[in-house]
Amino acid sequence: MSVETAAAPQRTQGARNKAYLSLVKALGRGWLRDRSQVFFTVLLPLMFMVLLASVFGSTGDSPSRVLAVGDVPVLDGADSGDFEVTPVADLDEALARMREGDADAAVVQDGDTVRIYPSPTSSTSGAIAAGNLSALVDDVNVEVLSAAAPGSPVLRTEVEEADGGELRPIQYLAPGILAWGIAISGVFGAAGTIVDWKRDKLLRRLRLTPASVGTFLGAKVSVNLLVAVGQAAVFLAVAALVFGLKLSVWTWFAVPLVLIGTLAFLAIGVVIGGIAKTSPGAAGLSNLVTMPMAFISGAFYPLALSPEWVQWLSYLSPMRYLNEALQSVVVYGDPPTAVLPQIAFLAIFAAVVAAVSWKTFKFDEL
Amino acid sequence: MDAAIEVADLRKTYRGRRTGEVRAVDGVSFRVERGEFFGILGPNGAGKTTTLEIVEGLRKPDSGTVRLLGRSPWPHSPELTGRVGVQLQASAFFEFLTAKEQIETFAELYGATKARAAEMLEIVGLAEHAQMRCEKLSGGQQQRLSLACALVGDPELVFLDEPTAALDPQARRNLWDLMRAINAEGRTVVLTTHYMEEAEALCDRVAIMDAGKIKAIDSPAGFVRALDAPTRVTVAAGQLSDERVKELAAGEAVATAEATVVFETRDPRKLLTALASDGALEGLAVRTANLEDVFLHVTGREWRG
Repeated sequence: MSVETAAAPQRTQGARNKAYLSLVKALGRGWLRDRSQVFFTVLLPLMFMVLLASVFGSTGDSPSRVLAVGDVPVLDGADSGDFEVTPVADLDEALARMREGDADAAVVQDGDTVRIYPSPTSSTSGAIAAGNLSALVDDVNVEVLSAAAPGSPVLRTEVEEADGGELRPIQYLAPGILAWGIAISGVFGAAGTIVDWKRDKLLRRLRLTPASVGTFLGAKVSVNLLVAVGQAAVFLAVAALVFGLKLSVWTWFAVPLVLIGTLAFLAIGVVIGGIAKTSPGAAGLSNLVTMPMAFISGAFYPLALSPEWVQWLSYLSPMRYLNEALQSVVVYGDPPTAVLPQIAFLAIFAAVVAAVSWKTFKFDEL
Repeated sequence: MDAAIEVADLRKTYRGRRTGEVRAVDGVSFRVERGEFFGILGPNGAGKTTTLEIVEGLRKPDSGTVRLLGRSPWPHSPELTGRVGVQLQASAFFEFLTAKEQIETFAELYGATKARAAEMLEIVGLAEHAQMRCEKLSGGQQQRLSLACALVGDPELVFLDEPTAALDPQARRNLWDLMRAINAEGRTVVLTTHYMEEAEALCDRVAIMDAGKIKAIDSPAGFVRALDAPTRVTVAAGQLSDERVKELAAGEAVATAEATVVFETRDPRKLLTALASDGALEGLAVRTANLEDVFLHVTGREWRG
């Protein structure tokens, strides 16, 4: 009798581990064979990186395209690396060409006055061009002043790249896109899975096997966590090798960040899956949640440049914290202790949403 | 030994926002002995599936008790679920796996070997489709695979919820043979269906359910006997004179149409002997009452939602 009672818990523990492993195997295999999943988790974030890097990247390095209306002597001294000057006949033609996106700014020189017309269609490159032109005018003034009053001190500006050139667009974009990728695969993955279970009754069938629901859910979450880590590894590798992202020595700490972020996003997905009835419904609701979350997180657009209300709202977005933490650790090389507040928030967020989903979830529908 | 299933006074009411209160299961009691082939028949919405789900342990009843192999199905226990095999209405499979991977996963969950999984695929005739993805299998093949998954753990008790729904006649007959074989191995089988001939061909006993209640339980033969319906004997018209027809009918109902004469008789032997001696057996058809007549008698004929 005593032998039996001692052996029984061991046997069940062994059986549970075995069931867990076979479920992880079955679910993992299914995931790898699902091309749409592979596309959404791996290729889509990479496509975004290509797109955003080319959008943001092109303005920084290429010369400003300037339209010289009539005679503009101040442009004579311009460095061809900074400006690409095209002469046009009049201001109307210049405005028309800027509207087409063919130029970043137009310049008119009227005696001592240099009038700058930044492009209305491309405000970022227009602003950059306007800044460059002002700097050019300043340089010319400095030269004139120095010549007129030799010996008097004249202020001169020099623009240096911040962080010694560390913060190229990719350094800023990569953590944001990765955070977004982790968020969509977590939310869409969990919501879609639950809607699938409502349809195919797999969970119901598995509840009638000796494996418990807990084992199965554990296996499902494990597969999602494995996928998220793999996704982050592929993403960072491509970002580093193809796009020149510089990885810090603390990059490995992205693993626990991605894991805890995934738990938070899976919890959101479970709530959505509980509400949605069909796959399109689940996808729509997931979009409804992840899109605003991405926009207010600073993942694609610097929060510092966003309106104040967006900055306030961003404190509610778990993506903000994942993005910040990834950026600190992977790009700036801050030690893990620097991102403890972000980790704490993600953990609390995951726990609260998980509690909500547990309370609202109707197992009978599965 | 305990009975395979003992169910006492199960009740389950659903409260829908639009539908109001629906008494899906309304005081159901029955008992299934070990080794029995037990059928639950009923029109759509009769409460068959809900009853089965409660018995299997998927749903908690509002009241009433269930004993499966002498134990309660609630809460979940690996010891009990390991002895019970289940086929649900929907074919619940892991997505993107082949038939072989599917059944091997279920085998692992039930602690069965890969050899057993391969044997089950062989038994249900899917050995040559082992490498096929589940979603590519035909409806009948999916049903057989799901049956194989239900049996891979070598269960004592098997629940089959409408396993032949939406199958073509060949696939259905093949599945019948399989179900008979499962029962012949000594397993208790509980089957829900709305095909009368299926219940008649397979079940030792049948419970007829309607509106959440069990209306009657008996063997198919017992039901038919109790119905005491006349046998209908049909022959081609023109072989018998009107007087002879009247004489043979002997006071029982007879219908003469253009092409046929239909006798309803309680003594088919006497009538058939007389017809044979008259040499009037052309177009002969004899139809005794079957479970369908019993079913319609018990549940009525009105349309079901």
